[in-house]
Amino acid sequence: MSYFYLWYGWFKGGILAIPGRVIALCFFICLLSVPLFTQDPYYLRIIALAAIFSLFAASWDVLSGFTGQLNLGHALFFGVAGYTAGLLNIYLDMPPWVTIPCGAVAAVFVGLMAGIPALRLRGFYLGLVTLSFPLILSGLLFVFPEFTGGELGISGIKKLSSSRIMSYYIVVMLFTVSIFIMWKFTDAKSKMFRTGVILHAIREDEITARVSGISTTKYKMLAFGMSGFFAGIAGGLYVHFMRIAAPSTLDLFFSFQAILWTIFGGITTIYGAVVGVFILFPLLEILACTEWGGHLRFIILALILILTLLFMPEGITVWVLDRLEVKCPRCKIVNVFTRKKCRACRAVLRPEEK
Amino acid sequence: MLVNILINGLVAGGTYAVLAVGFSLIFGVAKILNMAHTAFYMITAFFILYATTTLSIPLPVAILAAIIVTTIIGIISYKLLFDRIKQHETAVMIISVALAMLFQEVLLLTFGGHYRGIPPFAKGFVDISGSRISYQHLFAIGTSGLILLGLWLLLSKTRLGNAIRAVAQDREVANLMGINVNRIFMIVMAISVSLAGLAGAVVAPIYMVGPLMWIQPLTIILAAVVLGGLGSIGGCVAGALILGYTETIVTFLVPGGAFLSGAVSLSIMVLVLLIRPEGLFGVIFEEERL
Repeated sequence: MSYFYLWYGWFKGGILAIPGRVIALCFFICLLSVPLFTQDPYYLRIIALAAIFSLFAASWDVLSGFTGQLNLGHALFFGVAGYTAGLLNIYLDMPPWVTIPCGAVAAVFVGLMAGIPALRLRGFYLGLVTLSFPLILSGLLFVFPEFTGGELGISGIKKLSSSRIMSYYIVVMLFTVSIFIMWKFTDAKSKMFRTGVILHAIREDEITARVSGISTTKYKMLAFGMSGFFAGIAGGLYVHFMRIAAPSTLDLFFSFQAILWTIFGGITTIYGAVVGVFILFPLLEILACTEWGGHLRFIILALILILTLLFMPEGITVWVLDRLEVKCPRCKIVNVFTRKKCRACRAVLRPEEK
Repeated sequence: MLVNILINGLVAGGTYAVLAVGFSLIFGVAKILNMAHTAFYMITAFFILYATTTLSIPLPVAILAAIIVTTIIGIISYKLLFDRIKQHETAVMIISVALAMLFQEVLLLTFGGHYRGIPPFAKGFVDISGSRISYQHLFAIGTSGLILLGLWLLLSKTRLGNAIRAVAQDREVANLMGINVNRIFMIVMAISVSLAGLAGAVVAPIYMVGPLMWIQPLTIILAAVVLGGLGSIGGCVAGALILGYTETIVTFLVPGGAFLSGAVSLSIMVLVLLIRPEGLFGVIFEEERL
C-alpha cells in the first residue's frame, strides 16, 4: 500500500502537475487506443507513418538540435537502414526482427563514418558536407540497377507482421520506447545520464566544454551514433511497413523534411519533432484526398511553415508551452499557468504583474 | 570531343560560378543560407519563356524585364521574411526552403510539369576543329566572364564594395563606422538575386526549363561554395569551374555518367574537405578554429 502512495505521489508531482507531460500522456494513451475506435487501414497507416517519421525527425533533433552538429543529409541514415533491411529481407530472407536491428547497426556505422568529417568541420560547412552524402549514395544506387532496383527500388519486402493491428502496435511501441530513450538521453536535468548536459555544453561552447575536461570528440561521435541508430530504426520500420525501399528516401527533400518538421514543432525539444510530424504529415495526407488540395497542398504547407516561423520562430510547442507553463523564479520548477504561487516553494510566480 | 568537353565545361562552370558567387555573397555578408537562390534562377527562366512565347515580347526586353522582376521578388521576400527572423539562422534556412517549394509549386500549377525549351538568342554555330559550337554557348561563356569581372570591380573598386566587404568582415564595427548595415544587407540580397537571374537568362536556352530545374544546380553550387571556401569569391569561381568540368567530363566519358556526375562532384568536395577543412581558398577565423 505504501508503494502505491509512493507511485501515486510521483505520478502526481512528476506528470499531473506539468501541463506538457499531461498532454504527452494523453497523446500516448490516444495512440494506443486508436484501433479500439477505428480499424480503417487508411487512418492506421497515416498514424503509423507519422510515428515512423517523428522517430526520424526526433533523431535529427538529437544530433543537430541538441549537439549543434548541423546535419542537412539526415536521409542518409534512413535510406541506408532501409536499403540494408530491404536487401537482407529479399536476398537472405531474414525476418523483420532481424533486419531492422541490422539496418539500424548499418546506420550507426554510416553515422560514425559521417562523424569523421564532423570532427573537423563546423556549422554550415558540416551541413553542406553531410548534405552531399545521401546524394552520392543515390547516385551509386542508379549505377547498379540490377542489385538495388534502380529508380523503382526494391519491392516485395515482407510485412512487419501478418495482421494490420499488430503491425500498428509494433510501430507505436517502438516509437514510444525510442522517443522516451532519446528524451532521457538528451535531457539536461536527467539524473540517470550525464550525456544531456554534455551535449548542451558542446552546442553552446565547444572549446569551453573541452577545457572542462569533456572529450568532445567522443560525445560528438556518440551523438552521431545515437542519431543514426534511431533514424535507422525508423528507416527499417518504414521499409517493412510500406514493403518497398525506394531511392526517394535518399532525396534532398526528404532530408529537409526532417528539418522542416522539427523546426515547425520546436527545435531542441524531442517532443517538438513529434508534434511537428503529427500536425504536418496527416494534414498533407488529408489535403491530398480533397479535390483542390491535391494540387495546392505543397503551397499550403509552404505558407503554413513560413507563417509559423515568422510569428513563432522557436516552433509551435515552445510557443504553446510558454503560455501553459510558468517557471518558478526561485526554484526553477515548472508550474501550471493557473497557479499564483509555486507548488514547491510558495514563491510568487509572476511578481511583476502585481 | 575535346573541344566539346572544353566548351561545355566552361558553360557549366561559368553558370555555376555566377550562381555560387551570388549564394556566397549573401551568406558571407548577412549569414543567410539561401536555399531559394536557384529558385530565383528558375523564375527568371520561366519569365523569359512566358514573355517570349505567350506575350511575344522581343527577347532583349524580355530578358531585362525578367531580371528586374526576379530582383523585385527577391527584395520583397527579403523584406517580408528573412529580415524579420535574421537572428534565428536555422529558421532562415528553413524559410528559404519553404520559399523555394512555394515557387516550384506555383510554377508547376501555372506551367505544368513538363520540360520545355526556349529558342536561342544567338542562332548559328561555328566550327572549331571539327566540333560544332553554337553561338549560344560562346555567348553564355562570354556573359558569365563579364558578370564575374563586373562583380569583382564592384566589390574591390567602389565605395559600395568597400562597405559590403566591411560588413562581411565585422558587422558591429562596420555599423560603428557609420555604414547602414541593414541597407547593405538589402543591396547584397538584390545583387545576389539579380546574379541568379542573369545566370538563369544566360542558360535558359541551353538547358531545359522546368519546375524542378532548381534542385540539381543547388546541390552543385553548395558543393562549389564549400569546395572553394565559404566567403571567398575567387574560391567560389574556382570551385564552380572544377565541378563544372568534372560534371562534363564524367557525363561525356563514363558510361551511365549522367547519373554519376552529381555523385562524383560531391565526392570531390568531400575529399577536399577531409584534407583541407576550410576549402581550397578559405581562411579560418580565429574564433572558428578548433
